[in-house]
Amino acid sequence: MATPLRRPAGRGRRPVPGRGHALAFWLFTGPFLAGLLVFVYLPIGWSLWLSLFEARSTVTPTEFVGLGNYLTMLSDGDFVRSLGTFTVFALFAVPLTFALSLALALLVHRIRFLRAFFRSAFFLPTACSYVAASLVWKMSVFNGVRFGLANTVLGWLGLDSVAWLASPDPPWYWLVIVTVRLWLQSGFYMILFLAALQNIPRVLYEAAAIDGARPGWQTFRHITLPQLRTTSTAVILLLLIAAYQAFDEFYNLLDKATWGRPPLVYLYNLALGENQDYGLGSAGALLLALLICLVTLLQGRFLGFGRESDT
Amino acid sequence: MSRVSHMSAAAGGGRAARGARGTLGSAGLYAALLVATVLFLVPFYLIARNALSTDADITGETWTFFPTDLQWGNVRELFADPAVPFARALWNSLVVGVLHTAGTLLLCSTAGYGLARIPYRHAQKVFYLVLGTLMVPAAVTFVPTFVLVSSLGWVSSLRGLVIPGLFSGFTAFLFRQYFLGFPRELEEAARVDGLNHWGAYWRVVVPNSLNFFAAIAVITFIGGWNAFLWPLVIGQDQESWTVQVALSSYLTAQTVNLHLIFMAAAISILPLILVFLVLQRWLVQGVAQTGIKG
Repeated sequence: MATPLRRPAGRGRRPVPGRGHALAFWLFTGPFLAGLLVFVYLPIGWSLWLSLFEARSTVTPTEFVGLGNYLTMLSDGDFVRSLGTFTVFALFAVPLTFALSLALALLVHRIRFLRAFFRSAFFLPTACSYVAASLVWKMSVFNGVRFGLANTVLGWLGLDSVAWLASPDPPWYWLVIVTVRLWLQSGFYMILFLAALQNIPRVLYEAAAIDGARPGWQTFRHITLPQLRTTSTAVILLLLIAAYQAFDEFYNLLDKATWGRPPLVYLYNLALGENQDYGLGSAGALLLALLICLVTLLQGRFLGFGRESDT
Repeated sequence: MSRVSHMSAAAGGGRAARGARGTLGSAGLYAALLVATVLFLVPFYLIARNALSTDADITGETWTFFPTDLQWGNVRELFADPAVPFARALWNSLVVGVLHTAGTLLLCSTAGYGLARIPYRHAQKVFYLVLGTLMVPAAVTFVPTFVLVSSLGWVSSLRGLVIPGLFSGFTAFLFRQYFLGFPRELEEAARVDGLNHWGAYWRVVVPNSLNFFAAIAVITFIGGWNAFLWPLVIGQDQESWTVQVALSSYLTAQTVNLHLIFMAAAISILPLILVFLVLQRWLVQGVAQTGIKG
């Protein structure tokens, strides 16, 4: 922690971190820290303990099973399949959201007339919840019957109606799920890219123009993209973490379906469904948390997260 | 691909490329923007259209672009519907949103300030404790947190909905980053005037940081209003449902009243649309500030 370099002269205060500041420090951080310990660290610890027990419908279990729950989860086809579902989901959702938000930012950044209008139009979906968006997607756009918007458009083109969510084969439900997220998130990340684009020094483009770089792909590839590196890395990381936690749209779009179940929906059913199996649920949650940490760290390695932006 | 290169010219700030090619380029640019805008606004159109239609209009053989006979009676019908206590849900969401925002701002801002500005021996350790929670996504801890909250007897209560969500390591981290950049001179002037840390914070630091507080407040409120997983887990009886849980219940209900469902969606979105349009300046600033640091 940085200690103050300058102090009002002649007041006899020393910049030494000392006991005089302890009271003030705890006054400021104490309440927050207490809450953090009780509502974040304690549950994690408790679930670590629960995950080692046979704990059905009880949070004070007695039957110790060691790592049994973890082994059960890892050999549970449904849990492993939910990780697969997540992987497919992330493979589509992350690059698509990234590309669309960057594209929108580049477009909006370029124009001057009506810029605020377009920015607002793309940003507005951020106000919607996943539940509301899922509702529109499921009941109106992709409802699988003739009067749905998507099928109406297909009808105009002379094509047959598609049962978007009702069948896993062909897996049209991915289109529905991914577009919900695309619509909700792109505007948010567009704002991040816009802020970063505004921070790129104009001089760089002028210098490139003098060096004979054509505006277009060349300047984008060699100036814009490298200059956006910090933001891009942060955006990918945020998108990945958000994808891991996908719950709302899956729960609302595919509530009775047996396909397309990501980890959180699976854990929700396991721990809070009929069985209330807190032991298995905790083990699964911890495995998932471990996985997220691992991916975050690996991604940091590969993309050099925080190398430039660390404070 | 051609579109990508086109847009890169955008980023290139190709002021140099003016003239005929530039005019053509910007016509294409606006065309692309318009298409995207229409696609982005279609869901809002659908909500408005369906909310003010009869079910017969919505499910009709041919597409009705907008009902000629606006069904404002749908509002009354929605609030009179005994199956879902929608008015109660709206009230719950409002209370939860306001308490969530106020509590988060108070707790996280003071913690961020303490971490950023008060020299104390163990401050670094405390900071690592806060950072540690950033590694564990909140959604993953919902099972253990539910276990804790249910043993406190807070299921289906306002306390259960609000309190566990107040301690956001991320928000505290954002405040710390912000306060690290706060001009020291202002605080020192306050200290010279005889104010202690606490006094300086409330009389000088907070009044001079209202823009940042407003930005975080808007984002926090939207997050609170739109939260689903935790309210779903906690809201086990109808009286404690938030708007999102109520909306979700329509999706899984046996009988489907399309016009009511969409009226509910419209009413649930309306407050946030207003917040958006009125406070957009702070919101954009807030997103830009918080996202990059994330």
